[in-house]
Amino acid sequence: MKFSEQWLREWVNPTIGTEELAHLVTMAGMEVDGIEPVAGEFEGVLVAEIVACEPHPDADKLRVCQVDTGSEQVQIVCGAPNAEKGLKAPLAVVGATLPGDFKIKKAKLRGIESQGMLCSGAELQLGEDADGLMALAADAPVGTDLRQYLALEDQVVEIDLTPNRADCLGMSGIAREVGLLTQTEVKAPVIDSVAATIDDTFPVSLQAGDACPRFVARVIRGIDITRPSPLHVQERIRRAGLRPIDAVVDVTNYVMLELGQPMHAFDLAKLQGGITVRLATAAEPLELLNGQSVELSADTVVVADDSGAVSMAGIMGGESTAVSESTTDLLLEAAWWKPEAIAGKARAYGLHTDASHRFERGADFAMQARVIERATALLLEWCGGEAGPLVDTVNEADLPNYQPVQLRRDRIERMLGFAMDDAEVERIFAGLGLVVRNTDSGWETDVPSWRVDIAIEADLLEELARVYGYNNLPVSHIHGDLVIKDRPEEQLSLRALRRRLMARDYQEAVTYSFVDPAWQAAFDPDLTPVPVSNPISADLAVMRTSLLPGLMRALAHNTARQQHRVRLFETGLRFIPGGDVSDMASLVQRPTLAGVISGRREPENWTESGNLVDFYDIKGDLETLLALGDDEASFRFKAAEREGLHPGQTAAVYKGEALVGYVGALHPELQARYDLAQPVYVFEVDLEPLLAARLPAFEELSRFPEIRRDLAVLVDKSVAAGELLENVRTVAGTYLTDLRLFDVYEGKGIDPKRKSLALGLTFRDSSRTLSDEDVNKSVDQVIDLLIKTYKAELRN
Amino acid sequence: MEDLEKLASAAKAAISTATEGQALETLRVEYLGKKGQITALLKGLGKLSAEERPQAGARINVVKQELQDLIGARKSELDAAAVAEKLAGERIDVSLEGRQAGTGGLHPVTRTIERMEDFFSAIGFDVVEGPEIEDDYHNFEALNFPPNHPARADHDTFYIDENTVLRTHTSPVQVRVMETQAPPIRVICPGRVYRCDSDLTHTPMFHQVEGLLIDEQSSFADLKGIIIEFLHAFFENDQLAVRFRPSYFPFTEPSAEADIQCVMCGGDGCRVCSHTGWLEVMGCGMVHPNVLECSKIDSDKYAGFAFGMGVERLAMLRYGVSDLRIFFDNDLRFLEQFK
Repeated sequence: MKFSEQWLREWVNPTIGTEELAHLVTMAGMEVDGIEPVAGEFEGVLVAEIVACEPHPDADKLRVCQVDTGSEQVQIVCGAPNAEKGLKAPLAVVGATLPGDFKIKKAKLRGIESQGMLCSGAELQLGEDADGLMALAADAPVGTDLRQYLALEDQVVEIDLTPNRADCLGMSGIAREVGLLTQTEVKAPVIDSVAATIDDTFPVSLQAGDACPRFVARVIRGIDITRPSPLHVQERIRRAGLRPIDAVVDVTNYVMLELGQPMHAFDLAKLQGGITVRLATAAEPLELLNGQSVELSADTVVVADDSGAVSMAGIMGGESTAVSESTTDLLLEAAWWKPEAIAGKARAYGLHTDASHRFERGADFAMQARVIERATALLLEWCGGEAGPLVDTVNEADLPNYQPVQLRRDRIERMLGFAMDDAEVERIFAGLGLVVRNTDSGWETDVPSWRVDIAIEADLLEELARVYGYNNLPVSHIHGDLVIKDRPEEQLSLRALRRRLMARDYQEAVTYSFVDPAWQAAFDPDLTPVPVSNPISADLAVMRTSLLPGLMRALAHNTARQQHRVRLFETGLRFIPGGDVSDMASLVQRPTLAGVISGRREPENWTESGNLVDFYDIKGDLETLLALGDDEASFRFKAAEREGLHPGQTAAVYKGEALVGYVGALHPELQARYDLAQPVYVFEVDLEPLLAARLPAFEELSRFPEIRRDLAVLVDKSVAAGELLENVRTVAGTYLTDLRLFDVYEGKGIDPKRKSLALGLTFRDSSRTLSDEDVNKSVDQVIDLLIKTYKAELRN
Repeated sequence: MEDLEKLASAAKAAISTATEGQALETLRVEYLGKKGQITALLKGLGKLSAEERPQAGARINVVKQELQDLIGARKSELDAAAVAEKLAGERIDVSLEGRQAGTGGLHPVTRTIERMEDFFSAIGFDVVEGPEIEDDYHNFEALNFPPNHPARADHDTFYIDENTVLRTHTSPVQVRVMETQAPPIRVICPGRVYRCDSDLTHTPMFHQVEGLLIDEQSSFADLKGIIIEFLHAFFENDQLAVRFRPSYFPFTEPSAEADIQCVMCGGDGCRVCSHTGWLEVMGCGMVHPNVLECSKIDSDKYAGFAFGMGVERLAMLRYGVSDLRIFFDNDLRFLEQFK
């Protein structure tokens, strides 16, 4: 909401400056967004009239004007296309100063003397228009200082109103607030009833139920629409950010800005039969004032005449019945539209109007007759004409019925933290227009018709706090019982995982939860991701089913910026649809952890070889994470394939029988698609299984020595060492305390189809020193297994 | 006995010029060994008369002792020199960088959320998370936003379908807490939120931390207190001016915006605070009775307050980051500044 400060001060004029006023209003909940002077700083600019206008002899685009300044006639050379005899425009005389401290001096333009400068709106910072001279009204008094003529010692105040404060969408409401905050009297314009001088009325029928319980209308005949609204009205409209058009449109806008109630004027001659307020018929056509043609949906309320819809109720009038230059007779209307009937409708048609803005927030249901009276009086004053009787078509039962609201005195202290004086409470309520009665426990107030937002006790408390000033309310500390909370030791925190990854040289990333459908499909082609119905862009259109597309995008961003060693991880939800992507009940939102690495194994350093990371680097990183929580042996890795990953370098991760994630190399095809020079390795695991931790359980330390035996065997290359070790552990017996695979070799010196595995087995018992026989028995069982199951050949 | 003198001086000269342990050992054998020259002299004492013998013996023994001491001293010298030489050969360039394992880091959003969690969990708040694809009821309706309410327009909502949205704030998590937990309630809800807006100062996803406290005794004064304390702790500045302005959120009443004195210019006015000297940093208010009732909490018995803040916004102010969008580029040159 923008308005002229001068206009406000006509309503209520506290003895404080603009800045202080703005601060007060802001601190009462109406945030002042900006204060702009209505014009730039200039002086020496007069209303002048061009009395003669000739082409410049030596320049096509310039003209030589003789200009009447009121006291003399001066010659001005001017390039504006609209310079012509009879035009009144601002003239900066010699000695004037324009915005930017630009001094006007006598000058010669192509040899012709110019004694000043005729100005555009932009040159005076009075508007954007720089295409021509600022045309002043035909009756503008020549010779008058422009600042005085246009009352430019004024500022435009813009306040950012919250949606609950519909009452402040007019000067009357803002003035009420300012009056209360500054304890200054409010001088509202006197609005008298305009006596009818003709009998004409126009039939109105309300058939939209509670959507429109009140429709006030009046016929006005014989206006002279060629007469404009007064300059000060036009200026106020302009300063409110609207455009003055003609006296009829101006009066509806002006009264709306003044009293907050939107209204509409129909050209009476274009209305057929009578007015019916009703729901639109399906696909009913309506051409709107802004030139847009719409097909109405059946839940839209319209004002119709016998020919069909002529206005989208509470939003915008129709073109067919609009006021034009030839209009002489009007039907002025002001209605009360139920907010729920208007809310969301304008937006559904891609509209947002001053009317819809007010009606969907809740207009004053008692204001309609007043605005018609006000507009009638102004219009007759400006344009002449004769008014018919005001007709208030009303369905009382459907009007809002604001119930009295109670405020208990003790609630003030309990909710605001201090006891407010009764007199202060009553002063504030009275200033807001609430009628207050005392009750045993406090007060009962009648809510005025303009305060749609006051319905319960908390609303009254808010008003007290707001007007008293939030910053004047006390400050205290919260109290409560100090209770020790459960911190399950068998539950790991996400923080611990993050710290472990940091220690492994991973940098945390945060990527968007919506991703490019094409990259999404590269990793999860079998899942239909949940689409966003109104995505911000095509490459952020579906909800990720994997964190990998986002991490890959981050990796590619870095490698494209010469960062060739990248190690990133991210935690967050992935969104896995159930059977049917549109079935939200079966959607799973699963906390997930994923990582991606590429480039050198270590940071570049004189100590390092510069080797690139491989599968075992990322697997090792993942294993240290698994080791942080539950017994790492409860996780198993199994060769697997996954879309987007290298089919020979990917493992599925299981916890028990449950598949919890994958680790592997990015598929070389994708690596090429991402334009990455170096191999990339990724992991993605469900977070929850990682967060299960183990409660340590002490085991006595053995006092007896351990015995170590090493075995080197040749097995087929296809043998999975992990599985082999698991089986060795099973058959080795209870004395085995540690099992290591300390060497893997394939190549020169052994069968090319085979590989050598070197196992280190450590044995120990807690109650005695093991004998060679004990250990040999275990080792024999292991050898037996290796030979029988893996066709192993002992090497040593 | 001139022989002894000669012998002694030759031996001393040889010992003092010996440069290796081995040469010294050879000298020791030559003079003091079983077949050494001094040993031979001692053995030759028997040929002397009983009168001469004690004197001659004593003289020889003096020389013997002298030579022994000299050899010992020289040996120590040579050993020390050898150690010094070995150490000198082992000298390394300690200015070279150590072997690097690399150190990763947290994203500044996580870093900021963790700090916030720490402040609040220290005074008894639990950290709760919830779904990001949320139903209309929890995101709006239970928070007192009826359908088509104008306040919904401020939320620039991403829709999945008519009844499902990407949560526009983390308040729905608070609703879920109120539905399942009886007061007293103290929780904070950090997480990702989504708004359909993307320009210099908006990203379609960002993070919020929201807090909720409900008990039998809580007032607007408590709310002011906790927010002032938090902001002082967050910015580590007990003098930081904080002010509260009335505002409007459907789910709180009274509602407020908390502003801090601009941390960039100290309140003098700069580009960051649009020359107002103040920065809006969070929304807050007393929980609206309708919201309590919606979750079956008796609004006469219990009262509470809620607050919410944008994590990126506070991180930008804390660390002086000038561009919001950079948070989601994941450029290592940015991320590594928060190690």
